[in-house]
Amino acid sequence: MPAVPVPQSAAPHPSLYAAVAARSFRRYATYVAATLAGIFTNSVFGVITSFVYVAVWRANPTAGGYDVTDAVTYVWIGQAMLMTVCMFGGGSPDALASRIRSGDVAVDLYRPVSLLGWYLAADLGRAAYHLLTRGAAPLLVGGLLFDLRWPLGWELLWFGLSLPLAVAVSFALRMLAALSAFWLLDDTGPRSLLNFLAVFGSGLTVPLVLFPDGVREVLTALPFAAYLQLPADLWLGQRTGVDALAALGLAAGWAVVLLTACAWVLRAAERRVVVQGG
Amino acid sequence: MTEPLVEARDLRRTFTVRTRGEGRREVVAVRDVSFAVHPGEMVGYIGPNGAGKSTTVKMLTGILVPTSGHLRVAGLEPSRHRRRLAQRIGVVFGQRTSLWWDLPLRDSFALLQKVYRTDPARHSANLDRFTELLDLGRLLDTPVRQLSLGQRMRGDIAAALLHDPDVLYLDEPTIGLDVVSKGRLREFLRTLNAERGVTLMLTTHDLQDIEAVCDRVVVIDHGTIVHDGSLEDLRTRGGSTRTLVVDLVDEAPPVDVPGATTTRVEGPRQWLSFPADASAAPVVAAVAAAYDVADLSLQEPDIEQVIRELYAGR
Repeated sequence: MPAVPVPQSAAPHPSLYAAVAARSFRRYATYVAATLAGIFTNSVFGVITSFVYVAVWRANPTAGGYDVTDAVTYVWIGQAMLMTVCMFGGGSPDALASRIRSGDVAVDLYRPVSLLGWYLAADLGRAAYHLLTRGAAPLLVGGLLFDLRWPLGWELLWFGLSLPLAVAVSFALRMLAALSAFWLLDDTGPRSLLNFLAVFGSGLTVPLVLFPDGVREVLTALPFAAYLQLPADLWLGQRTGVDALAALGLAAGWAVVLLTACAWVLRAAERRVVVQGG
Repeated sequence: MTEPLVEARDLRRTFTVRTRGEGRREVVAVRDVSFAVHPGEMVGYIGPNGAGKSTTVKMLTGILVPTSGHLRVAGLEPSRHRRRLAQRIGVVFGQRTSLWWDLPLRDSFALLQKVYRTDPARHSANLDRFTELLDLGRLLDTPVRQLSLGQRMRGDIAAALLHDPDVLYLDEPTIGLDVVSKGRLREFLRTLNAERGVTLMLTTHDLQDIEAVCDRVVVIDHGTIVHDGSLEDLRTRGGSTRTLVVDLVDEAPPVDVPGATTTRVEGPRQWLSFPADASAAPVVAAVAAAYDVADLSLQEPDIEQVIRELYAGR
């Protein structure tokens, strides 16, 4: 047997994932011009949508249980969450999909680390950057131009808890779409479908609270609600106490289920590559 | 002799290929290959495109499961212990990078310290040494996307070595590099082997890589090893010949000396060929004794020619 001792365990230190997240944050931070342009775009869309919502709520001042201040605040939370959860796709799963297409994913397989942990950490780092820049800045712009509702105490806590869950759920779904590239080679189809579902199902186009009973309940139970509708309702104090906890529990459940699905699909993908060749 | 670091016995890998019309077809990419690599060896692994080189390397690194046969690398079965094996091997692809595109080289190296849990003191000692040997000093703070191919390659090689692997696999490391960069890379690999005893396995299409670096060369074609031995063995193989070019003072009929045959005559110049494993001295002496010689030169067998013959012989 070997002359040199073999390390018993090859599991990397948890600080690795923190380092990956930090590097990912810095990576996005190098593109300042893109960030500024994005903030400008988010703000312009925020203003336009705010006027539309003001008109809608003037016609129906209690639509969906929101008042006009809630509705306009919802618009700006939407602009803040848009990049944070990659509503239109992107983030580390896109990088993985292109590495699968080019075959560079082989390099990832040579490393003694969990691919899922690695890409999740990278996406959390990205999300933190996008939240602090493309999330916070448009909210400030919105606050200067419109009368917004700001969360305090419990509302802020619930909202804060919903953010990592929103990113985790959206990461897992984007990851599943990206992993389809192992079989399809091109993940454009699944990705477009996911983007459509995310934009619609999160409540970005129309707040889910405006949907009729039944449809609304179904949409709220789906994972996409965790992208925007849930964080917004927690911020606005629409869901509090036990109700807020239950909603967060549901989002956490989706995150666990979807991340487990990712791990399972990834294992199947690795086996496919390793056993069948790539 | 020491325990082999890499040991393959009757290693086979087949792929199922689906073609329209014919249906499924079995393709044998690697056919019952056996070899052993001992610690500190520098082995060149060559063969034409599609010969089975990459398939072999993929099995050695554990990202491809052999169809049958026995394989051990550093005492581990690669595909079953891929992550543990990853601690013991370094892999460099000429056409892929393991560095992070948007980050300075320094950041990639720092992440790799955590990936492999390298002892921090050891890591920084290694980093210092490789920075010096590979001349990376000025590049450490440059984002990888701004590096030239040669610079990126040097970064990738350092990245593959920071965790002190026992074996380094290099897949066409000099592809696309200029002559100077190639030369420096080869020199680095020799230094690495001499200083640290790192075992090298190199696949390449550039035979100069092999001549400059490897003391052993394995030739694979159609999934089968057709040569395993020193470069000298390869040269003298298969009736390979050396050629003595003789410039006589005057034109003469074909030279007739023992141990050599004249293959070509052109005015006063004649070409004498003799077996590659024979000494040139008696032939030279015999020619000089019997003829008025103006000049002599010796042509070694062309290794590319030998390999072409090897490939074609199958």
